[in-house]
Amino acid sequence: MQIVLKGITLLDPQQKLNRKDDLLIVDGVINKVGNLSKDDYRHSTVYEFEDKYCTPGFFDMHVHLREPGREDEETVTTGCNAAAAGGFTGIACMPNTSPAIDSAETVRFIKEKASRHLVDVYPVGAATQERKGEALAPMCELFEAGAVGFSDDGAAIKSAGMLRFTMEYAKMFDAPIIEHCEDPSMADGAMNEGFTSTTLGLPAIPSIAEDIIVMRDIMVAEYVKGKIHIAHISTKNAIDLVRQAKKKGINITAEVTPHHFTLTDESLTGFDTNFKMSPPLRSIENREAAIQGLVDGTIDCIASDHAPHSIEEKEMEFIYAPNGILGLETTLGLAITELVAKKHLSLSQLVEKFAINPRKILNLPVPQIKEGEKANLTIFDTEIKWGVDISKFKSKSKNSPFDKTELTGKSVSVINNSKIYFEDKFVEI
Amino acid sequence: MREKNISLSSRHLLGLQGVPREDIQLLLDTATTFREVLERPIKKVPTLQGKTIVNLFYENSTRTRISFELAQKRLSADTVNFSTSTSSTKKGETFKDTVRNIEAMKVDMIVVRHESAGVPLYLTKISKANIINAGDGLHEHPTQGLLDMYSIREKLGTLEGLKVCIVGDIGHSRVALSNIHGLLTMGAKVSVCGPLTMIPVGIENLGVKIYTDINKAIAENDVLNVLRIQLERNAGQSIPSTREYHNYFGVTSERIEKNNKNILILHPGPINRGVEITSEVADGPYQVILDQVTNGVAIRMAVLYLLGTMH
Repeated sequence: MQIVLKGITLLDPQQKLNRKDDLLIVDGVINKVGNLSKDDYRHSTVYEFEDKYCTPGFFDMHVHLREPGREDEETVTTGCNAAAAGGFTGIACMPNTSPAIDSAETVRFIKEKASRHLVDVYPVGAATQERKGEALAPMCELFEAGAVGFSDDGAAIKSAGMLRFTMEYAKMFDAPIIEHCEDPSMADGAMNEGFTSTTLGLPAIPSIAEDIIVMRDIMVAEYVKGKIHIAHISTKNAIDLVRQAKKKGINITAEVTPHHFTLTDESLTGFDTNFKMSPPLRSIENREAAIQGLVDGTIDCIASDHAPHSIEEKEMEFIYAPNGILGLETTLGLAITELVAKKHLSLSQLVEKFAINPRKILNLPVPQIKEGEKANLTIFDTEIKWGVDISKFKSKSKNSPFDKTELTGKSVSVINNSKIYFEDKFVEI
Repeated sequence: MREKNISLSSRHLLGLQGVPREDIQLLLDTATTFREVLERPIKKVPTLQGKTIVNLFYENSTRTRISFELAQKRLSADTVNFSTSTSSTKKGETFKDTVRNIEAMKVDMIVVRHESAGVPLYLTKISKANIINAGDGLHEHPTQGLLDMYSIREKLGTLEGLKVCIVGDIGHSRVALSNIHGLLTMGAKVSVCGPLTMIPVGIENLGVKIYTDINKAIAENDVLNVLRIQLERNAGQSIPSTREYHNYFGVTSERIEKNNKNILILHPGPINRGVEITSEVADGPYQVILDQVTNGVAIRMAVLYLLGTMH
């Protein structure tokens, strides 16, 4: 099987590739970058991708797949379908499933479920058994089975002492500890603390709940020379702390979600539980700091924190509703709308945040647009205007605050594992 | 000449934030009429005959629920009470299903109390009934705000230009927020007083002054609205002990006599005697605490009447 992507702008910052050309893919491998012969076109299925961009496949390093345990909300398959529709060829899935991903068996179960999909799935293992923060998870075994990082996501690792052990242990295979930074003694709330929470009368979580754990984690990482990744960073102070830590040479990276660089806590005035997430939406200064952090490289990547919840769980009294929103199918559109169209990030920077950096953090090979390389590609349009329609989501859940939002930029197609996803269909190539 | 308002601008009462001055004026004036009814030998009018009202109480309440119920009966409405202890919520039914079931029985108005802020607003989206907030989380308790304003106006003749200080656990009080919004709309100057652990972040952005000295608060204000220290909520973490609270923030006769003998004392109840207020003050000449309770029925009659007869 062979296909041609015609008239597309090839963009791969790793090789300073940025030109309009045709791409020939034979049996899932990049065969020619430009200089195609007449025969190449004649024997191929030709995709007209005029005015579209083709880059190394995008990777979302923070996804909740809910399988095993809550298959009514998302499965490995529906999550992968949503990822493909959103422009991702790879995802890392978080361990707060039921049971938690704290055994090799569960890692293998998830990898097996995803094995024939276009989208690559890399489980993040629990850092401690049952994510309870009391005893180390069997990280060697998890790593061998395919875990790429370790986290007690949903909460920070319970104590500094246990964090230290997880970081030292994970250092043996250079895997990052991925931390959900929140001090539980201040986290008993339903939104960010500030003027808005005061007028809405909702119990609130101060931004320092995040800052304090980020600071703790940096100190532990410095002390044990460990590798720490800050998940869904959301406060100005935490971003400043990461910036300083990087300057000191500490092995630290950070991700931000699209909702934290797009929305603020003022969105909660209608008490819509689709705006309830952890960490909570913050004030405008924090949102601006997140954009600045992306611009200056303090924040390495964009991750969705895709968190599916059933309608009956989310349609509840505000304080009882669970945290989390969908992300896979809106992340790229939000990033282009808020960051590229507003000239905060160049397209090359976008590709670094979406394709290159997340894989580097997890020590995964980064796809390249080069002859002989496996075709692992995202094709997207930066100009197209579209309205989000949750009824068309591939995800099994519908909990998005972005329904009916007008966005600029969208994924058109993804290619990986000898498959192409285009116009709602997966086709073998 | 502007015509006098004869109906409210909203068909629900969710809070006092954003409620126009004309609406508050109309509610207070209508309550005056009902206050007279309450002094008659036969305290019942046929105004809401044939209307069905559900009191949906997801949180314990004695006085607010009784006050609403009495107001409904005085207006001849049919009323039903629903409270969590007897509800299907404990059997796992969702809030939405409960409301839909109640709605299917054809009700006209729902009075709701819930421990989550935002529930009254949510109700307007899933029910066609008029919704009245009887307290949602730490958010608002608008009929309490109205009855406090009514009681102040009744005693001092006006709200415009008055200095009112709310004392206590402002951060865990829905009464505080409703008072602040309503009083500011009516032209009063509002302040709060309490230990800083009880003052919520950013409250000053509402245009509210903060006191941490109770003597100064008494000296500089016309009215003190003293809140209950809610030991059943989080107050336990915000103060070392009720003893220390009383010694440094308690409203006592000595403090009143030393600083401002003309002050008017309100308290939404229930009172913790010897904690936020002494018995001497609670039963003394400066307070209108039991008038507030009577006025509460009149205010709730006014709210039910104005919403229940809207077209």
